[in-house]
Amino acid sequence: MTRHAEVDGLLRRLAPQVLGVLVRRYGRFDVCEDAVQEALLAASLQWPEQAVPESPRAWLITVASRRIADELRSDRARRRREQSATAQIPSDELVAPAPGDDHLADEDDTLTLLFLCAHPTLSPASQVALTLRAVGGLSTKEIARAFLVPEATIAQRISRGKQQIKASGIPFSLPTEPERADRLRVVLHVLYLIFNEGYTATFGPDLQRDELTTEAIRLTRELQRLLPTDGEVTGLLALMLLTDARRVARTRPDGSLVPLTEQDRSRWNQEFIQEGLALVSDALSRSALGPYQLQAAIAAVHAEAARADDTDWPQILALYELLERISPNPMVTLNRAVAVAMVRGPQAGLNLLKTLDDEHIAEHHRLHAIRAHLLEMAGDRAAARSSYQAAARRTTSLPEQRYLEARAARLIDEP
Amino acid sequence: MRYIALIHNNPAAWQALSQAERDQHDRDADAFLKMVTESGELLGGAVVLANPSNAKTVRVRNGLPAVTDGPFAEGKEHLAGYYVLECESIERATDIVTHDPSARYFAVEVRPIMHMGGADL
Repeated sequence: MTRHAEVDGLLRRLAPQVLGVLVRRYGRFDVCEDAVQEALLAASLQWPEQAVPESPRAWLITVASRRIADELRSDRARRRREQSATAQIPSDELVAPAPGDDHLADEDDTLTLLFLCAHPTLSPASQVALTLRAVGGLSTKEIARAFLVPEATIAQRISRGKQQIKASGIPFSLPTEPERADRLRVVLHVLYLIFNEGYTATFGPDLQRDELTTEAIRLTRELQRLLPTDGEVTGLLALMLLTDARRVARTRPDGSLVPLTEQDRSRWNQEFIQEGLALVSDALSRSALGPYQLQAAIAAVHAEAARADDTDWPQILALYELLERISPNPMVTLNRAVAVAMVRGPQAGLNLLKTLDDEHIAEHHRLHAIRAHLLEMAGDRAAARSSYQAAARRTTSLPEQRYLEARAARLIDEP
Repeated sequence: MRYIALIHNNPAAWQALSQAERDQHDRDADAFLKMVTESGELLGGAVVLANPSNAKTVRVRNGLPAVTDGPFAEGKEHLAGYYVLECESIERATDIVTHDPSARYFAVEVRPIMHMGGADL
């Protein structure tokens, strides 16, 4: 690992700890968050060149505190001018450590920050950007590069999120019981969105895209360490690991997609698979069932099959049936149709798809793609071809479109 | 998801507006762009295109380029400008576009932009 990468790793771990201390000392999440970013930037420039200070965290807290004091002073001056108030605050008071700073509640702070950044009043785009910056310690520039979005757009999403936190007067504390479960679900969803953005990428500056899956896994791992008994947190971590294990095998060098059944399974990341399997069986054995655990369990069944033909489809079908019972949605029904077809034959799967014809999903490309696949299994080449074409027209993903067009073409070329 | 908003208008329709209406349109367009910039949903800025009489259309046939004067599409309506939105769904995109004064005076076509991501197959 290079010196820069080492320093970056250290700074990302420290970022939420430092921010937590400062927000508890000064209030003002928006001001503190900016100050921490400036301190992180200063450190990332200085430390690799000079040396990492003896107490990196204290260094960051001091540098950020100075910045906050300046900001609050100019804030007060502005207000004084506006209101002609006379109150003078001695500047020392602003940088002096508050009592209680020695007793640091880092773990709660990271958790509190995750809940704050994923507050439901923020848009998902703001939640994602703010989580990566405030909890992940990434800069606006790094986030923009990973999402292939202009830096100004990410900056807007962050500042809008911070304004909403300020305007809604959201306190810096953990949500309490009645709403805690719902709020945790939002936190998990934000982490899932970050992961998915990186995982589904088939092109782009690879390092930056990988960074998103790596970051999502790192943050979820951290959350799992803080809430080890929550089955859904563990389930999400397992799902990410078991999914990410397939990443290098799912695309070809030209960016085209390789279906699960055709992937070179020797390229799957066994370390992630073993860790994911252990996590999912642990979660399933001792907590209430939830959608992330079940999705992880399904990914686990795929991971355990040495060859595609060895896949335990009855087991996958049983898991989809459970998943549909606890969180019914048409996407789950679609996936269950594939499992039904593998267990009971393509016609049974096609019959299940028919029940979706009146749903909103009837126009979704994935319904047409799965129907095409099942029709092909059933030997109805003409109907399969027109379903592949219908799916290709509807998808907005270029690699998926190429794949679907190729499948359709194959049905004419090969008798 | 990313969506492009294509503003289709008719230069004659723009000319037919009163000066007060054109001023109002410009003020509303500024307010609209400020709104979508601040919401973090506008990528880059809006692009306004020159009158189609300035267009040239390029075709290469058998390796030989042919450049002709005028826009590709015949007809009174033409592409007057565009901008790119990034938001959750096409419903959200069309909802945003209802605030664009171009939708009030002309018509705005919203289309998904193909992306390079791919779900598992």
